[in-house]
Amino acid sequence: MGETPAIETERLTKRFGSTQALSGLDLTVPQGGILGLLGPNGAGKTTAVRVLATLLRPDSGHARVLGADVVRQAVEVRSRIGLTGQYAALDEYLTGRANLVMIGQLSRLSRSQARHRADELLARFDLTQAAGRAVKTYSGGMRRRLDLAASLIGRPEVLFLDEPTTGLDPNSRAVMWEIIRELAADGTTLLLTTQYLDEADQLAGQIAVIDAGRVVAEGTPDQLKAKVGEDRIAVQLVPGSDLAAAAAVVRALTTGTVDADLGQLLVTAQMPARVGVTTDVVRALDSAGIRVTDVTLRRSSLDDVFMILTGHRTAPEQAAADGDAGQQADTEQGGAAA
Amino acid sequence: MTTATISPAPRQAAPRRSSLRWLIADVAVLARRVLARMAREPETLMDVTIQPLLFVLLFAYVFGGAIPLPGGGNYHEYLIGGMLAMGLAMTAPGTAVALVTDMSTGLIDRFRSLPMSRSAVLAGRTLADLVTQAIGAVVVAGVGLAIGWRIHTSVAEASAAFGLALLFGYAFTWTGACLGMVLRSPEAAQQMGFVLFLPLTFVSNAFVPTQGMPGWLQAIANWNPMSALAAAARDLFGNPQSRGLGAGVADAASRAGRHRLVGGPAGGLRPASGAPLPAQGHGLTVV
Repeated sequence: MGETPAIETERLTKRFGSTQALSGLDLTVPQGGILGLLGPNGAGKTTAVRVLATLLRPDSGHARVLGADVVRQAVEVRSRIGLTGQYAALDEYLTGRANLVMIGQLSRLSRSQARHRADELLARFDLTQAAGRAVKTYSGGMRRRLDLAASLIGRPEVLFLDEPTTGLDPNSRAVMWEIIRELAADGTTLLLTTQYLDEADQLAGQIAVIDAGRVVAEGTPDQLKAKVGEDRIAVQLVPGSDLAAAAAVVRALTTGTVDADLGQLLVTAQMPARVGVTTDVVRALDSAGIRVTDVTLRRSSLDDVFMILTGHRTAPEQAAADGDAGQQADTEQGGAAA
Repeated sequence: MTTATISPAPRQAAPRRSSLRWLIADVAVLARRVLARMAREPETLMDVTIQPLLFVLLFAYVFGGAIPLPGGGNYHEYLIGGMLAMGLAMTAPGTAVALVTDMSTGLIDRFRSLPMSRSAVLAGRTLADLVTQAIGAVVVAGVGLAIGWRIHTSVAEASAAFGLALLFGYAFTWTGACLGMVLRSPEAAQQMGFVLFLPLTFVSNAFVPTQGMPGWLQAIANWNPMSALAAAARDLFGNPQSRGLGAGVADAASRAGRHRLVGGPAGGLRPASGAPLPAQGHGLTVV
């Protein structure tokens, strides 16, 4: 691997009408590995990918892929990247195989090379059986796999995945995750946009959190989580239990604050993030003769990080929160940059 | 770097070709894509097969009896020149719909992210549509022969008529392509095509002589490129014209068509009044 970063952007801006999709995006991605670009709807994730894939010209700033400028050396960039967009960009009426051969030939492979490569990828993505069927008969998961296969046909060194699992069922999602991990293991640099925190947590070695068109935090998932602090334990007591005694038991095991809720008979506390802490709490409560109905340990998640950094939750939770709150204003959603 | 099947390396060396040869190769790949769909779903060809068939039968047997030709002659023979023009022009909305669909599904974005020739996207589509137009021309000619239309001139002149019609149709395909790039949804393209191209075909001499139209409409019809093509085709087939007011256009257009096709100077395009036709925006001079 050379010194040249796989992806490099400097003060990238892009405006659509009144929407400032990118407002000075700075990003450096070394070769190899997966960068998760995490942000809510409208944060500028897709715009960033479209600029990097030479589909959009930035208003100002620079972007380079493997050292080639996306505006001035667009052809060079295109020969080294692959792009999988938010929806499967395929010809519905052609067979899966014909789609791959077509993309292969347009990626500068000869007809026989394209056919060979198509068969290889169809087998790899478990699509050989369906290869002769029109894409319109495919399930959502099959389409995404074929779409990903299409973006790999030219053996890209840098692959852009724009929300690759949005709308997929959990099974298909797991399959996509496995494929993405293997691609990274093979040495492809991946830039993955997602609004799913667990996806970024699971896949990405590095995460850049973006909001309103700029990076608000960068680091490994662990580094980002460390910004939020420790885990929280919640102990639900049996009705009639001694709340004060329970709080005292928990307090003995933690250095942080302990909250005792008399109405709900609930004790919550910050706990040091270490293995076995839940067992210790349960054991101590048991020997003090305090009966509990439930003990839960909530590890600090990227959700918390996200909430703290951007001031709002990720889209699916946001939607749920809107449902609960009824008329909650939703200022950050939507827009051309979504 | 590893050599696993999905790894980025080793890159296979792209075959060495000049950019023009790449363009031709890409156009061929994309045209083949459209043709492959036609082969899989022949019903998508209805707009050049069933539709002209219906129109020919409708005009020949429903309206035809009530349409007298000012200079006399067989209306069935008159009809085919116009039908040829209409049949080819009416494929343009299909071009628009197909392009809008490709854009809305993200396929055009995928093409744009590939190291391919960009102009091949439109060139491939329009080339494939030219093939559908050729099929349409064959259908119109076949139906025409069945209802009594005949070619009274030479093979060369008849070929020139079909060639002219296809060049005209190809130009029309590009208007469809323009429409496809401007509009946002396939539905809008479909409706826009109907709104634009239907009056274009009917306000012409394609189905009826223009003499019966009110003066202002007659002027539009006489200057309509569709009229020029229909008249030129009739002339080259040796079919009856609506002699009289529209005849000048017909003569001029067919003369221009012949000159073009044999490489001669593009001469004397003028409407019936004798005023010179402006070169720009005219179907014949566009191609």
